Amino acid sequence: MIGFLIQRVLQALMVVIAMSIIVFLGVYAIGNPIDVMIDPASDQALREALIRRYGLDLPLYEQYFVFMSNMLHGDLGESFIYRLPVLNLIWSRFPATLELALTAMLIATCLGIPLGLWAGYKPESLSAKAIMAFSVLGFSVPSFWVGLLLIMAFAVELGWLPSGGRGPTTHVLGMNLSITSLEGWSYIILPAFNLALFKLGLLIRLTRAGTAEVMSSDYVRFARAQGLSESKVVGLHVLKNISIPIVTVFGLELGSTLAFAVVTETVFNWPGMGKLIIDSITVLDRPVMVAYLILVVFLFVMINLVVDLVYGQLDPRIRVKAAS
Amino acid sequence: MSDAVLRVKDLQTQFQSRAGALKAVNGVSFEVGRGRILGLVGESGSGKSVTGYSILGLIEPPGRIAGGEVLLNGKDLTRLKGEAIRQVRGAQIAMVFQDPMMTLNPVLKIGTQMIAAVRAHDRVSRKAARARARDALAKVGIPSPEERLDAYPHQLSGGMRQRVAIAIALLHSPAVIIADEPTTALDVSIQGQILAEVRRLADETGTAFVWITHDLAVVSSLADDICVMYAGKVVESGPAAEVIASPRHPYTAGLLASVPAEHEPGTKLPQVPGSTPALANLPPGCAFAPRCAKAGPACTTTPPVQTFEDGRTALCHYPIEPVSCQPHSLTSNTYRSAS
Repeated sequence: MIGFLIQRVLQALMVVIAMSIIVFLGVYAIGNPIDVMIDPASDQALREALIRRYGLDLPLYEQYFVFMSNMLHGDLGESFIYRLPVLNLIWSRFPATLELALTAMLIATCLGIPLGLWAGYKPESLSAKAIMAFSVLGFSVPSFWVGLLLIMAFAVELGWLPSGGRGPTTHVLGMNLSITSLEGWSYIILPAFNLALFKLGLLIRLTRAGTAEVMSSDYVRFARAQGLSESKVVGLHVLKNISIPIVTVFGLELGSTLAFAVVTETVFNWPGMGKLIIDSITVLDRPVMVAYLILVVFLFVMINLVVDLVYGQLDPRIRVKAAS
Repeated sequence: MSDAVLRVKDLQTQFQSRAGALKAVNGVSFEVGRGRILGLVGESGSGKSVTGYSILGLIEPPGRIAGGEVLLNGKDLTRLKGEAIRQVRGAQIAMVFQDPMMTLNPVLKIGTQMIAAVRAHDRVSRKAARARARDALAKVGIPSPEERLDAYPHQLSGGMRQRVAIAIALLHSPAVIIADEPTTALDVSIQGQILAEVRRLADETGTAFVWITHDLAVVSSLADDICVMYAGKVVESGPAAEVIASPRHPYTAGLLASVPAEHEPGTKLPQVPGSTPALANLPPGCAFAPRCAKAGPACTTTPPVQTFEDGRTALCHYPIEPVSCQPHSLTSNTYRSAS
C-alpha cells in the first residue's frame, strides 16, 4: 500500500512538472504582456525598464527556472493587473467556486445514482424510459441556455430566487461561504443545478449501464436464489460493483467543475475562479493564467490520486495488482 | 415414491419472442425423495437449466411459467409471489450454479456474502450469522474456515469457491438443493471430491438434490434416479443404474454410446448425428425423430409415455427392448451409497 502510494505520488509529480513546462511555453508563445500593460505612447526606456523588472529579458529557460523556484517557495508571482500576489487573488475566488462545484456534484450524485439504479433495475418501465430521455437532455442541451431559462423561470417569472450574484457569506474555516445561510442557498441553488445538469445526465447513464450489467450477472441470480430481498441485492451486490466507474467519473467531473465552471459563473454572475481566468486571458495577465493552470493540474492530479486509492478500497482485485 | 419432497408436475416454461412462445420446458414431470439425488441429463438447450430456475421462480421476463406445478412438501411454488417465494428460496430450496468464478460477488468477502445469506431468513446477530457461516464452510470440508470468511472469492481456487457456494446453499438446511452443472467447470479430481461430499451430505442430512448435468459419467456415479431431457421434455426416466445399463429411449442410448470411457480406443467415437433442434422450429411429433436411427412412420405424431417395470418411462413410439442386465462400466466408479 505504501509502495503503491509512493509510486502514484511520483507519477503525480512528473505530471505536474511536465504540465508546468507546457503551460509556461504556451503562455510565453501568446506574446509580450508588457505591450498590453503600458500605454503605447510611452517611451522605449520605460518599456525596457518594465521588461527588466519582470525578468522578461532573460532567456526562456531561465525565466522558467526563476518561475519554478519562486513557485516552490510559495510565490506564484504578482498579477500585472491587480498588483496583488496571484495566490491571494485565486484564493479569494476559490471558496465561491468550491462551494458551487461541491453543491453541483452533490445534486448530481444524490439524484443521478438513485435514478440510474432505478432505470437499470426496471429498464422496461415507463419511468425508466422517462429518466433516460431526461438524461439525454441533461448532457446535450447547452448549459448557458438552460441557465438563462432557469433565470427566466425562477427569477424573472416566478420571482422565487435571485437571478445572480452570491448573496451573503460567512467566514468559516478561513473561507467565505454562502451555503451556511438559508439566504445563501437561495443564491447558489440555481447555478448549482445548472452546473449539475450535465453531470446528472452522465451519472444516470453510467449508473444505469452498470446496474443493468450487474443485474444480469450470475452472482445476482445466486443472491436471489439465496432468498436475499431485492433491496439487499441492490444495496449490497449492485451498488458496490458499479461504484468503480462512478467514482472515476465523479473524480474527473469534480475536477473539471472546479476548474471550468466558467459558463455558469458568467451566466449567474458568480464571482468564482472561472470568471477570474477569463478576465485574465483577455488582458494577458500572465502570472494569473500560469498559476491558475498549474493549480488546475495540481487539483486534477490530487483528485485522481484519491480516486486511485478509493479503487483499492472498492475492488480487492486492484489491491492485489498494485501490491505485486 | 410417495415420500417425495419435491414433485414437479407438467411444468411448462415459455419465453416470448418474435417467433412466438418458445417452449423451453414443455411438460416436465419428476419427483425427488428425501436424501435422494436425481440426475437431470441433457444436451445444451434441452431445457434442464431453465427447469432448475423455474423451480425457484427465478425466470425473468420475457420468460414465464405457463403451466404445471412445483410442489415442495405439497406446497405449489409456482403460485407464490414476491415475499412469499423469497422466504422459500435459500431456506427450503436452494440452488448452486455452474461457474464458481461467477456466482460469488468478486468485490465482497466470503463472510459478507454468507452473513447476508444467513440473515436473509433468520434474524440473528452478525456474530451468530458469522459462526453459522463458519460451521457451514467446515461442513463442506473447507480447511481453516475462519480465515476463509475474510477472503475474497479471487483468493480461492475454483473447487474451493464451489464448496463455498454449496456451503451457502446448505446454510438453512433446505429440503432440496438444485445443482446446475456445479462440477462442469472443475477438473476431474476436484469434481470427484465434491461428488463424494454431495453424496455424503445427501445421506447424512437427508437433503434431496436435483443434479443438472450433461455428463453421464457424473450422473451414473452419483444419482439414484435419472431424467433425460430433450427439447424441453423428459424422454426417459428411471433408476440410474438401470437406465444406464439398458436405455429404452434411442436418445439415451445415443448419449451413452458417445461416452469415451465406453469405447474401444483407436476407433471412431459414435455420436448422435445432428444437433438439438431450435425451439422455434421443432419438428412435428417426436422432436428427436430427425436424428433417430429407429424413427419410423409413427414418429411424426406425438409419442406416448411408455411405462415399464420399476417405474421406468420412455417417451417413444419404438422403445429399445431391454438387454440382459449387466453392470455398465460407467457405474463402476460410484459415489452411490451402499443402501
